[in-house]
Amino acid sequence: MAMQREQRVRNFHQAKWDEPCIFELGTEGERGQLLPEVEPDIEAVVGDVFASLPEVLQRKTRAKLPEMAEMQVLRHYLRMSQATLGADLNVDIGQGTCTMKYSPKVNERIVRNHKLMETHPLQDESTVQGTLEAVYGLDEILQEISGMNKFTFQPGGGSQAILTIASLMKAYHEANGEGDQRDEIITTIFSHPSNAAAPKVKGYKVVTLYYDEHGVPDFEALKNAVSERTAGIFITNPEDTGIYNDKIKEFTRVVHEVGGLCAYDQANLNGIMGITRAKEADFDMCFFNLHKTFSAPHGCGGPACGALGVTDVLKPFLPVPLVEKTGSAYTLNYDMPLSIGKIRGFIGVTPVIVKAYAWARSLGAEGLVEAAKVAVLNNNYLLKHIREIPGASAPLSDVKYRIEQVRYSWIDLCEETGVSTHDISLRMADYGFHLWSSHHPFIVPEPFTIEPTESYSKVELDEYLAGLRQVVKECRETPEVVKTAPHNSVIHRVDESVLDDPSKWAITWRLFKKKQGFEL
Amino acid sequence: MKKIVHPYIPNSVPAVQEAMLKEIGANSIDELFDCIPEEIRFKGKLNVPRALSSEYELRRHVDSMLNRNVSCEEYISFLGAGCYQHHVPAVCEEIAGRSEFLTAYAGEPYEDHGRFMSLFEYTSMMAELLDVDVVNVPTYSWGQASATSLRMAGRITKRDVVLVASNVSPERYKIMKNYCGDVMTMLMVATDDKGLIDIQDLKNKLDEGVAGLYFENPSYHGVLETQAREIADLLHENGSLMMVGVDPTSLGVIAPPSSYGADIITGDVQALGNHMNYGGGMGGFIASDDREEIVMEYPSRLFGIAPTSKKGELGFGDVAYDRTSFGVRENGKEFVGTHAALHGIVAGVYLALMGPQGMVDLGQSILKKSHYAAKCMGALEGVKLCYPETPHFKEFAVDFSDTGMTVQSINQKLLEQGIFGGVDLSSDFPYMGQSALYCVTEVQTKASIDRLIEALQTILKGCEA
Repeated sequence: MAMQREQRVRNFHQAKWDEPCIFELGTEGERGQLLPEVEPDIEAVVGDVFASLPEVLQRKTRAKLPEMAEMQVLRHYLRMSQATLGADLNVDIGQGTCTMKYSPKVNERIVRNHKLMETHPLQDESTVQGTLEAVYGLDEILQEISGMNKFTFQPGGGSQAILTIASLMKAYHEANGEGDQRDEIITTIFSHPSNAAAPKVKGYKVVTLYYDEHGVPDFEALKNAVSERTAGIFITNPEDTGIYNDKIKEFTRVVHEVGGLCAYDQANLNGIMGITRAKEADFDMCFFNLHKTFSAPHGCGGPACGALGVTDVLKPFLPVPLVEKTGSAYTLNYDMPLSIGKIRGFIGVTPVIVKAYAWARSLGAEGLVEAAKVAVLNNNYLLKHIREIPGASAPLSDVKYRIEQVRYSWIDLCEETGVSTHDISLRMADYGFHLWSSHHPFIVPEPFTIEPTESYSKVELDEYLAGLRQVVKECRETPEVVKTAPHNSVIHRVDESVLDDPSKWAITWRLFKKKQGFEL
Repeated sequence: MKKIVHPYIPNSVPAVQEAMLKEIGANSIDELFDCIPEEIRFKGKLNVPRALSSEYELRRHVDSMLNRNVSCEEYISFLGAGCYQHHVPAVCEEIAGRSEFLTAYAGEPYEDHGRFMSLFEYTSMMAELLDVDVVNVPTYSWGQASATSLRMAGRITKRDVVLVASNVSPERYKIMKNYCGDVMTMLMVATDDKGLIDIQDLKNKLDEGVAGLYFENPSYHGVLETQAREIADLLHENGSLMMVGVDPTSLGVIAPPSSYGADIITGDVQALGNHMNYGGGMGGFIASDDREEIVMEYPSRLFGIAPTSKKGELGFGDVAYDRTSFGVRENGKEFVGTHAALHGIVAGVYLALMGPQGMVDLGQSILKKSHYAAKCMGALEGVKLCYPETPHFKEFAVDFSDTGMTVQSINQKLLEQGIFGGVDLSSDFPYMGQSALYCVTEVQTKASIDRLIEALQTILKGCEA
């Protein structure tokens, strides 16, 4: 019988080692690694190479790195790891938009193989057929899930995939002689900030659509925004609100009618995988975050992969090389004269690609769709219960169901008790949970965003709900406790004022020592 | 048929689903998707390979796939060109695989204190190695870091022409071109017959429109730029900045770019404790001094130390967050997102393990072993070093033109003997003829280098016959 976690929150305290900065550790002369010897025969042939270098190139003083023995380095970092609440440890549904699903351990074991780790990207193709087969295999699976015709795995994250999309749009319009004329892109306020920021790097003007009375991007505003200057649209559906935009095909039609391209940011794929695809909504491109939907771990913020799929029309513009198949051999195709060139080094973050391949193979057709369905079931289960918490709301739309996540608001609770969403999120840490507000600007007042994915059990969802209810109760009964949280986390509330003050900010330990702008 | 409850999806249990639906007030899961119009529904079953639902089957399948590869542990490799074979200490692997670091993402500086502190320590140790005050939380790769350094220079100087040395990595150049080419003019500065920057060409191209010059030291061809201080003076007299890409493994023995006047320094952390992973191990760093006008132009996260409400505690947070696109979308500096944080944490572990003496030993070992290999190769008949008079680090270019063989055919024959020969430069740098870029790190031994030399002797002799 599972324990009834909905009854109570945990008596939690995170590991707190009071661990000093690494520069305060170690003792002069200690070593954490020794190197293989340089054989005397080599020394005899080359002599003192260092002494022969021009003086300007010689480093005369040793870098002031810590001097620590091996076990002491290990222990320091293990303590640092214990001061980090990874998804393996907590019911990590409070970092909405991040798709914090289970990253299967078998996939970690699979990539810890010298035949992947210790391969060089410029090895002869005949010696990396296994890797290329996995990349090609994932390409085929993603083509089926999206309806697109070819994927590149070069972008090292979702934002770099967005940059790639902007680059492809530019190259496509230039090839059609409309590069200068089409200088605007359109995006939406609930899309990830990079949908606005990355196209600007490519020189585009950014037009941002707001939402209508149903909480989806304003279609009338889109119609007014499109013109012969439109290069394309960068749109997410469902957006971070979790509200599905059922007019999405109208959006792509309107953009196509003026000659623009349509790019689908599918960071939020998880709830619609195998249910609806980019192709049927007439998108020209889409990307999936392999470190989200496809289970590769987030690694404290990368390494990652934004796998970008395009239609045949855009394929010639993709970054080089593409993994292709000739007969039974996998090859790297660099012969693409229209290519935008390179986005990231080599072919991408290969271990992430292999983990995503393994995850998709484990689930197969039924499993992929089941993952989406359960993610949506879990989300709507939470939505039902969070709507019942006095002080919490799910604004923007009164639709009964949302897809895989919801942007909620604490505005009523905050007005009633004087706490903020930031306070509540820090108090959740006292019970061993994350709770993320949302990207700026805070269109939804006092926002928080929850995305349960398919990975968590009903018991765990109930436990998270119990955490929310407990903190809400405290907001009313002991608001000071919430306003001064966290109390059971690794550290107490940070004085953030020094972080925006150039005379005090200390981006490195040596800068902290130099400035002495504040005491700890 | 009985429904399979996949181990990754606990709420697949039919009774649980029924209970949840009942609480929601829905008749079926499909009802939750009613908002999606029929017209754009995907109909039918996904045409993907059959599920390998058992862990055993999955592992056997993917293992057998990867086991078709040949690794640089099995063959001897002299490949470099931006991705490097170095020893990866076991403690680096241990920390890289820790559940907490591996599966954390974007928590607050409280429950994710360790993430913030480890990345702060990484930037702080890199700052010591580079002898600068500011280092970013890693970006995607060296190419991205360098591309951003050009954009930063443009914004700082309010100029829009950037000069790039013609001997930078072609791959990084392509990344920079795509990233900067739409809003900046990029001009190449020639190199001379020593592989160094042509000072006269630089002078000719310097004018009031030039934001800065980017070069790599060691260059893509491995040579060390001996005129760096003179170049810095020329740039600074012109109100331009100097951006230098650097190999961090050189910095135990080679002077850091800050010592000869670099304003922005970039490079990659892959070589610092991260496996090559077929090019997946990269992570870019950007570094500078603490001038506010430079710091405010970083697009990356910058983590700073801060006091907390409890005396003696180390707190952390984002420095000048409102610079970033997270703060102000398209009004931020370029963009930021998920990059390569774990590679930065691991690089920090590496630097802590190596310590000051370890980095000296590493640099010395690479200097000596690579010079040994260069000397032996230069002595082969018909083979000459491209830049014999110029000092080099880790990599060096070798010209096989006089042997009558192409690099491609030589490398094919080396491969047959279990050796990955140097990267073929003939298509990217046609003026260098049939040249190859050889890379030698601390993992090579005299025996492995001698084996290369013997193999080349045999191959080249076979060619004469």
